[in-house]
Amino acid sequence: MTSEKKIKCVVWDLDNTLWNGLLSENDPVSLCEGVVEVIKTLDNRGILQSVASKNDHGTAMEKIHEFGLSDFFLYPQINWNPKSSSIKAIAESINIGMDSLAFIDDQPYERDEVNFSFPDVLCIDAADMAGLLDMPEMNPRFITQDSKIRRQMYLNDIKRNNIEEMFEGAKEDFLASLGMVFRISQAKEEDLRRAEELTVRTHQLNTTGYTYSYDELDRFRTSEDHILLTATLDDKYGTYGKIGLALIERNHNLWTIKLLLMSCRVLSRGVGAIMINHIRNKAKKSNVRLCAEMIATDRNRMMYMTYKFSGFKEVKKRKDVIVFENDLTLIPDFPTYVHVDSDSNW
Amino acid sequence: MIPNNDIKKTVCTFLNRHIKNHEFQGDEAIFTSALFNSLFAMQLVLFLEKEYRIKVENEDLDLSNFNTLNAISAFVEQKASCDCHEH
Repeated sequence: MTSEKKIKCVVWDLDNTLWNGLLSENDPVSLCEGVVEVIKTLDNRGILQSVASKNDHGTAMEKIHEFGLSDFFLYPQINWNPKSSSIKAIAESINIGMDSLAFIDDQPYERDEVNFSFPDVLCIDAADMAGLLDMPEMNPRFITQDSKIRRQMYLNDIKRNNIEEMFEGAKEDFLASLGMVFRISQAKEEDLRRAEELTVRTHQLNTTGYTYSYDELDRFRTSEDHILLTATLDDKYGTYGKIGLALIERNHNLWTIKLLLMSCRVLSRGVGAIMINHIRNKAKKSNVRLCAEMIATDRNRMMYMTYKFSGFKEVKKRKDVIVFENDLTLIPDFPTYVHVDSDSNW
Repeated sequence: MIPNNDIKKTVCTFLNRHIKNHEFQGDEAIFTSALFNSLFAMQLVLFLEKEYRIKVENEDLDLSNFNTLNAISAFVEQKASCDCHEH
C-alpha cells in the first residue's frame, strides 16, 4: 500500500479563485478558466468538495446556483468567520480528518491562517489550479462505483439528517421509517477495489485496521480458507453503497474474524451488529468455534464495544492483538427496522 | 451514594428516547434482544459516563455490566463509589 496522503475533500474559496472578481463589490463575476472541468473531474474521482468564503451567504449561494454548481458543494461555509473555523466545520460535518482536506485560495493570508490552526490541511494557491488534477494527492488509486456516486450519497445523507432532526418520536421509529435493506454477500472480483478502499479509508469502525491490497483480497476471495464478505445498505433515499467488509479465516473447526469494518457514513443507522450476528449464526450452524481479532485504538472504541456487547470475551492477548471468543449463545434476532438479505450459501 | 432507584429511572428515560413503548423491567435483557445496535451501546456508555461522571474502562465493557437495568445501576453505584475514594 502507498502511504501517500490522499485528499478526500477540496474546499474552494470563491472570489478570485472559483470566479474572477469580488462578489461583494458588485463585480460582474465570471467563472475562472478551467474551473468547471476541475470540479467535475474531482467529483468523478470521488473527491468531495465544499466552499469556504467570506461573503454574504445568500448572495454567494445564488451566484453558485446560477453557475449550476450548487450540487457539487457539501456544507458550504459562506460567512465572515476565519476560514480555519469554516474548514473545521466542513471536516466535522463530513466526518473526515484534517489531513484529508485541501483548501484552495488566492490569498496567502487565508492559506496561512488555515495552516496556522491546521498544519495538516493541504493549502493550494489558486494560481496553481492548472496543475491541481495532476497532483498525486488528488489521484485516488482506484475510482470505484462508490467513489463516482460519493457526492450523491452525501447529499442523500444531508436530506436524511434534516428529516431525522425534524422527526419527533423514538429513534427506532425514525430508523423504521427509512425502509433499510442490508445485504450481505461474498465479495466478487468487481467488489475488490471498493474493499481495498474501505480498508484504507475506515478508521473509526474498524476492528483491526489491517489494510489489504487488491491482490491480497483477491487471494482471500478465492481461497478455501477464507471468507470475504461485503455489505451494502439501501434505504428509501437511495443507496449508501458498499459500506461493510468482513474477513473470516477458516481453520478446521475454528473461524477467526480478522477484519470487520463499517463505513462511518452508516454510524447512526444501527446496523453495526448485524454483520457480527450474521457471522455468529453461520458459525453456530457450521458447528465451529468463533474467534475475532481486535486491535484497540483511541478511535475504534465503538467496535470494541460492539464485540463485547455481542458476547465476545477476551481469551488471549498477544502484543496489541486481543483475541475474543464467542460462545454462540444468546444470538439476538436482527433489529426489526432493517430487512437483512444474504447470499443463499452465506 | 446515588439511590439505586434513581439510576434505574434515569437510565429508563434514556432508553425510552431510543426504544418506543417499552417499559424495561429490572432484570430484562437489553442488549441480547433484537433492539441492540452498536451506536446505541456507545450512546448508553457515553450517557452513563457523563451523567454519573464515571469512566468506563475497556475491562468494564462487559455485557454483564450493561445488559439489564439492575446490572447498570449496580455497576454505576460501584464505579461512582470507587471514583470518590480517589478524589
